[in-house]
Amino acid sequence: MNERYYIGDMELNAYLDGELETSGRTEVEAWLAGRPEDAARLAAWRRQKEALASLAADVLDEPVPPRLAGVTARGGRSRGRPWLRVAAALVLLVAGGAAGWFGRAALPGAAADGGFVERAIGAHVVYSPERRHPVEVWADKEEKHLVTWLSRRLGHPVRPPPLAEAGFRLVGGRLVADDGGPAALYMYEDANRRRITLYVRRARGDGRTAFRFAEHAGTAMFYWIEGPLAYAIVGRMPRNDLLGLARVVYRGLGGP
Amino acid sequence: MDTRAAIVVEIPRLRRYARVLLGDATAADDLVQDCLERALGRVHLFHAGTNLRAWLFTIMHNLHVNARVRASRSPEIPVDPAALGGETEPVQGSGLLLRDLDRALAQLPDDQRAALLLVGLEGLSYRETADVLGVPVGTVMSRLARGRERLRRLIDGGSRQALRQVK
Repeated sequence: MNERYYIGDMELNAYLDGELETSGRTEVEAWLAGRPEDAARLAAWRRQKEALASLAADVLDEPVPPRLAGVTARGGRSRGRPWLRVAAALVLLVAGGAAGWFGRAALPGAAADGGFVERAIGAHVVYSPERRHPVEVWADKEEKHLVTWLSRRLGHPVRPPPLAEAGFRLVGGRLVADDGGPAALYMYEDANRRRITLYVRRARGDGRTAFRFAEHAGTAMFYWIEGPLAYAIVGRMPRNDLLGLARVVYRGLGGP
Repeated sequence: MDTRAAIVVEIPRLRRYARVLLGDATAADDLVQDCLERALGRVHLFHAGTNLRAWLFTIMHNLHVNARVRASRSPEIPVDPAALGGETEPVQGSGLLLRDLDRALAQLPDDQRAALLLVGLEGLSYRETADVLGVPVGTVMSRLARGRERLRRLIDGGSRQALRQVK
């Protein structure tokens, strides 16, 4: 080899990032041909760059938290521009492809408030991957206490139906904060450690609805209202599998 | 599209970048919120037709640097990056490399991490990255070169260690 030039790491990186002109690329390639060590490092940087590009990809699919959507809706430092709230919601709908927002629109206003889908899916996403503290009260130790406690807080009996016929056992539950009130979260797990959650809160008034479906970033949810309570069953599974579970839950709750 | 509406479209990308940069969801959304407030307060300063994303990243970068300066004046509870994670099950095969990469990134100096993310995660050119960070292009290049090489060594060393632990 008798190159009249030296290629350093900065040039190699520029090559990787497509920042070199044709002549520069040719020089780098000639340089690499005789230097397997540099070629190996470059390959490692390339893998690293590809992995980097996929980091936190799920954040792109998350619904924008209300406090951020609120900023743009206010138009910066609390300048009132109500039209922008509509624009922001529309853009989110298009940009995020977030089924949660469709679900939000699908719930009749009188039956439950708009954020129900978001909060039920949110609770599932936050608690179901927990290794040590998935629930506050464990069913194997204190199921009776768990049910009494959550029923008292919701002001209505909230019993977690047995889902053994579907292969799920009750792990336990916790109290979660819903919009201005309490909600109960029961968690179930199957033999493959797949977890589903049953989210229950007071409905706005009495009512009864059919099952409705919502999905966000791979997490699916069926929800309905029966009497004074609104229910949601949430899990990362295909729609039809979850529908089967929703039916078992519904029957287990004392439905027909 | 109206600039404000266009800013809304950028929110998910801002959140992702901040999440990776800071490694903490709440702190990341705090930064994004500050950035949005600042941007909307100065939306009249944005030149239509120029790169909105780069403009937003510039604002966010400046806020981040200022916050770091403030934080350096107050005592900080040290957190060992290696001790983070492990509280939750990985949701879906987020392979060894991704987790290693996350940890290794946390060990890079802030300047190198920002350059790596703007180029590697956001796909900005060297020129745009230099503008966002307010430094010459040559500085971006040297930060990239040093950052990537350091990451490579950290990940190489880290995965060998992890393999030993598995055995």
